Amino acid sequence: MLRSYLRLATRVLLRRKFFTAVSLFGISFTLVVLTVVVALLDHVLAPLPPETRLERTLAVYQMRFSTRDGRRGRFETSFLLMDRYMRGIPGVERMSLLSTQQEMMAYANGEPMVVTLKRTDADYWKILDFAFLEGGPFTEADVENASLVAVITEAMRRRFFGHAPALGETIEVDGQRFHVVGVVSNVSRLRPIPYSDFWVPHTTDKSGAHRRQIAAGGYVAAFLARSPADLPAIRAEFASRMQRVPIHDDPVAAREGVDRLVAHMEAPAETVARLYAGDDFMAVDEEGRVRLGRFFGALAALAFLFMLLPTLNLVNLNVSRVLERASEIGVRKAFGATSRALVGQFVVENVVLTIVGGLLGFVGAYAVLGALTGSEVIPYAQFRMNGRVFLSGLALSVFFGVLSGAYPAWRMSRLNPVDALKGGAR
Amino acid sequence: MSGNAMVELQGVEKVYRTSTLETVALTAMNLSVGEGEFVSIMGPSGCGKSTLLNLMGLLDVPTAGRVAVNGTPVESYRDREVAALRNKEIGFVFQSFHLIPDLSVADNVEIPLLYRSMSARERRERARKALDRVGLSSRVHHFPSQLSGGQQQRVAIARAIVGSPRILLADEPTGNLDSQMGDEIMGILHGLHADERATIVMVTHDPLRAGKTQRIVRLFDGRQVN
Repeated sequence: MLRSYLRLATRVLLRRKFFTAVSLFGISFTLVVLTVVVALLDHVLAPLPPETRLERTLAVYQMRFSTRDGRRGRFETSFLLMDRYMRGIPGVERMSLLSTQQEMMAYANGEPMVVTLKRTDADYWKILDFAFLEGGPFTEADVENASLVAVITEAMRRRFFGHAPALGETIEVDGQRFHVVGVVSNVSRLRPIPYSDFWVPHTTDKSGAHRRQIAAGGYVAAFLARSPADLPAIRAEFASRMQRVPIHDDPVAAREGVDRLVAHMEAPAETVARLYAGDDFMAVDEEGRVRLGRFFGALAALAFLFMLLPTLNLVNLNVSRVLERASEIGVRKAFGATSRALVGQFVVENVVLTIVGGLLGFVGAYAVLGALTGSEVIPYAQFRMNGRVFLSGLALSVFFGVLSGAYPAWRMSRLNPVDALKGGAR
Repeated sequence: MSGNAMVELQGVEKVYRTSTLETVALTAMNLSVGEGEFVSIMGPSGCGKSTLLNLMGLLDVPTAGRVAVNGTPVESYRDREVAALRNKEIGFVFQSFHLIPDLSVADNVEIPLLYRSMSARERRERARKALDRVGLSSRVHHFPSQLSGGQQQRVAIARAIVGSPRILLADEPTGNLDSQMGDEIMGILHGLHADERATIVMVTHDPLRAGKTQRIVRLFDGRQVN
């Protein structure tokens, strides 16, 4: 029966070309947008090199404080606090401290350029899975000795040195001359932990304030758990240690009257939720905890609302298309079709239509993602179609097809056969 | 309800109601069609002939009274059961053929078999036999628009008989055809009656054609008058 439905669906859609074209345009346009959104989400949320261990990664990006006189504020994570109080949490395999991105003027061969710089430690290269095109990462000894060494991206290599190898070359940043010890593949700007143009040991920071003052901020702490099962215990231990931090010992904190300091570990999805929806959808509570359910709820609601208009349009088109075929419905009922069989037939037809629309949507989305990648609106982002994006788009197509086909099909199945044979509804 | 009646109506009434109007289409209808009988229904336009046929074919439900098919009263049947009964026991031939334009001749004929558990191969084989019976086996892959009116009605008859129903209900089957094509269709119906002892109920305006059937039921203003 399904084969017969599919054959009929193909013929009906080919015969009613205008209806088919209008429907396909609506479906494919909607799915282009949704697939692009899914691909963007995939790009920021999925485990992609060098972040291949996202499922056991936690990070602390910011700290919130309140003072005795009622002031509240937040600042980027303190290197000193993390280094002093958060090392050795049970279940943590590695911990790395990395500065937030800093834009600096760099010179190589007299060529000036603004680069994004990240100061970090040796564990950073063990938590992340960078592909080294030349050389390797800087070592613990380099960090210990404040060696003026740097890892750069392939994009930086190309801009500073053309197609020549960069290993051993020198780049001047912020008045310091760094020797290139490694070159890695480019990293998307949308991945906050691995993204940079230029990495150097944190000990090369001339001021060194981050190692003396909690209030200096400017860092992110990344934690790699031994297994995803350890994450709840790690979060609990982190929260417990945060409560015990003797904040009053810090001279700046004491001077400012800080009496409470709060920070939360975030899973990668929580970071995305905070960054993209923290203010607009209240995805972060007053204490800075991310409400992931709200974020995904808001995303689902937006996707649903976005799909609602073309769905209603398709429902409307389908109702008139189905009623045009009232006589067929009458014939099928007369020869033994149940209402359920008829609903099945028309839903199959609609799902065929939406899958064709979905495939066109994929082609469109592929082109849009290619253009988005090529435009470099987001530096080094590579938006790609992959299995996850394809399956999500396919699921959306089928959902869309069932949603827009079910109501007209149900309405049609309620037609009285005598009226249907006369070509109308009672 | 009597034992050997294929279709039986007892005290059937059909009233169409709108918010402002009540139209009595049939009233006090008692009719029994026996197995293997060929019955004509005659009467002026609007007298309730098609309504009667629709009630006999379970396409509509009476406002009052009882309808039984093959001895089984159907008033308590649900959609699924009525659909199964129509599928198995009843074949319809309509005045305006009602072929599905998007389907080939063979696919149109197969429609009743789609709602039975049957392989595609068996469906195709039975459709071919039914088309052979009406002399159209060479038009299996044609579409309705490529056939004459008489050929389309023959396809409709093939569709009606493909599931081997015990009752054939024909609503003015020659009404849209010229006399020669009409004669061909009547020849097929009489052949089915003679060869396969099909029970046939036919609505017609043509007294000559009605005269060749075994019994004529006459209606006037929704009542049986003979």
